[in-house]
Amino acid sequence: MTHKHTLSVLVEDRPGVLTRAAGLFARRGFNIHSLAVGPTEHPGVSRMTVVVDVDELPLEQVTKQLNKLINVIKIVELEPGASVQRQMLLVKVRADVQTRSHVLETVELFRGHVVDVAPDAVTIEATGSPDKLAAFLKVLEPFGIRELAQSGLIGIGRGNRSITDRALRSA
Amino acid sequence: MPGQHTESPGARAAAPSTPSAPQVTGEPMTGAQSLVRSLESVGVETVFGIPGGAILPLYDPLMDSEKIRHILVRHEQGAGHAAEGYAQATGRIGVCMATSGPGATNLVTAIADAYMDSVPIVAITGQVSSKVIGTDAFQESDIVGITMPITKHNMLVTDPAEIPRAVAEAFHIAGTGRPGPVLVDVSKDALQAQTTFSWPPKLDLPGYRAVTRPHNKQIREAARLLTTAERPVLYVGGGVIKAGASAELLRLAELTGAPVVPTLMALGALPDSHPQNLGMPGMHGTVAAVTALQKADLLISLAARFDDRVTGNLDSFAPHAKVVHADIDPAEIGKNRAADVPIVGDAKEVIAELLLAVEAEHAAGRQADLSAWWTQLDGWRQAYPLGHTPAPEGEVSPQDVLARISAISGPESIYVAGVGQHQMWAAQFIDYENPRTWINSGGLGTMGYAVPAAMGAKAGSPDSVVWAIDGDGCFQMTNQELATCVINQIPIKVAVINNSSLGMVRQWQNLFYNGRFSNTDLHTSVGSRIPDFVKLAEAYGCVGLRCESPDDVDATIKKAMEINDVPVVIDFVVHRDAMVWPMVPAGVSNDLIQIARDTAPDFEREN
Repeated sequence: MTHKHTLSVLVEDRPGVLTRAAGLFARRGFNIHSLAVGPTEHPGVSRMTVVVDVDELPLEQVTKQLNKLINVIKIVELEPGASVQRQMLLVKVRADVQTRSHVLETVELFRGHVVDVAPDAVTIEATGSPDKLAAFLKVLEPFGIRELAQSGLIGIGRGNRSITDRALRSA
Repeated sequence: MPGQHTESPGARAAAPSTPSAPQVTGEPMTGAQSLVRSLESVGVETVFGIPGGAILPLYDPLMDSEKIRHILVRHEQGAGHAAEGYAQATGRIGVCMATSGPGATNLVTAIADAYMDSVPIVAITGQVSSKVIGTDAFQESDIVGITMPITKHNMLVTDPAEIPRAVAEAFHIAGTGRPGPVLVDVSKDALQAQTTFSWPPKLDLPGYRAVTRPHNKQIREAARLLTTAERPVLYVGGGVIKAGASAELLRLAELTGAPVVPTLMALGALPDSHPQNLGMPGMHGTVAAVTALQKADLLISLAARFDDRVTGNLDSFAPHAKVVHADIDPAEIGKNRAADVPIVGDAKEVIAELLLAVEAEHAAGRQADLSAWWTQLDGWRQAYPLGHTPAPEGEVSPQDVLARISAISGPESIYVAGVGQHQMWAAQFIDYENPRTWINSGGLGTMGYAVPAAMGAKAGSPDSVVWAIDGDGCFQMTNQELATCVINQIPIKVAVINNSSLGMVRQWQNLFYNGRFSNTDLHTSVGSRIPDFVKLAEAYGCVGLRCESPDDVDATIKKAMEINDVPVVIDFVVHRDAMVWPMVPAGVSNDLIQIARDTAPDFEREN
């Protein structure tokens, strides 16, 4: 039985750093569930948020091996209770004159936004936890999902502390 | 996962072997000149390489360097292994150089080898101009991408101003923490461009910190276990040699009285002649070493990594033992075998701290009585010493050749092996008394390692007698470097243990494939001599000798010992069905060790 773990990985913003991390996961047989990369408040430092599907012991190997990459500055596991974790999706749903109002009602319920409308379809933007988005998609499914794009998960610790600050101070 | 913070705390890294270079500010020169100056400034004295299109700009100022000796090899793989042999013999960082594309890809095997055995080397490769990178230009290959999984770190430099920092970082990373290969790929236009050279550069490695100092609490716990265990074993890996911790290891062994089991990579860390040295563990280890690990109640693993060739079937390895695992690389701890006491640190510092902690335990009256354990260990040692069945009348036993080379050339010589039966016999039948006198390809198992690595070892340690112990298969993979040895006056001695076949594969075919010898006959002595190694040696300008009779073994070795101006190649024609014993068949429990074909030790009998 494996569990999903969310790792927040601070890396130097250098060419190839994503390849290094992704290659490491692949060759050591670690299963990546989701991966998102973006800048942080510090120039030159990026954050990779990785969701891995592993037991405790392999997780320790994942973090130790990641830590050996020279461009990796710091790794923190984001515990679900102590962090905010969000994903974003864009979904194109069939919606004609008969069904459109139902679709829009569902969008309201899940606090999504309609970002594009065509005569027989609407495109919806929604963010939330993976569970919420899964539930949203389940409700939309009967209308007919024409296309779906989903981002990787991103997350940040709750409270006033900043892992980037602490990581860069000690570096 | 223990806690949230998995990054290592700041710690000092072991200083690389770099002399302090004079401070320079903003001296104008080309990128190529800057690269040569940078290499000089980190203390490079010897480089093995071959020029080519993309790296040509570098070779021009290299010609004028008075500090760097460039040794022109015949194949880039030879340059890589030579850099490894240099590093393993001297403890300094080995350097190899190649051009883009095929030059760089020819280094790949050696880089992978260095990665597996944690050998500090720096590879400098030329790359096509940054203007054409990504266009499939002539001799373009993405060597940074190719070597990502087999380097400790690598980098592409396209800005000449970055060259000094890139070189300084490469040497720092290669030589500190767990050593390993670093590749620096430099584009041709960066080499040609005008820039300025300043030294020393500021290293910018926020994500790199090597922890060398062990945690006190863990050391105390290890010492407590070590002084209370009834059947402890010091399981010692190659990191002890890399850390220069042989003296500390000897003190720890004698202070605790525990048996020592050095792995293939650690031979020489403790003298073979030391009474507490049980010999090598693993697939072809001694019965005493393998069995000691299986029966132990405590393993103190010092800079070893529980490799499958040591553990056999992992689930049944050392089943009764608690494990103290000390390594400089945290990722090794708990990777294969769970550790009861994990210790992250440099082997020298770990053992030094352990010594103090064990002394404190002793002072408090806690000291284990190991006499019953030694009775068992000595029983296994006496009942199952290393040995071999003699070759048929008139034929040469390969094991005897190794034992005689050891006796005649002595423990001050450096022995470098390829991979296969000859490597295992060299590990078993040569006596190693000093660290850095046994050099081989352990992790990757690279055939063809011996000749170029011996060349590198001899270049780095010219006053030592350096033997390449090679097989007839291995020798044919890299013997072109004999030309390099002759021309550059690097007089190594090569003992080809010629059984006319890929001997280790043949052994497995004998044991596990019903004696069906699929593609292992090399025709180098049985039926034909293709090639004739003596003529081949002579063609290169070496002295070629042949020994085909047991009566000639000593005389041939002594003759080789007298020749010190050119390389010597001895073709030892040996019995082809000799096998390496003991053996634990692949993937089974170490309890199933065999001392000869279908013959297991009888542990129940009275000693």
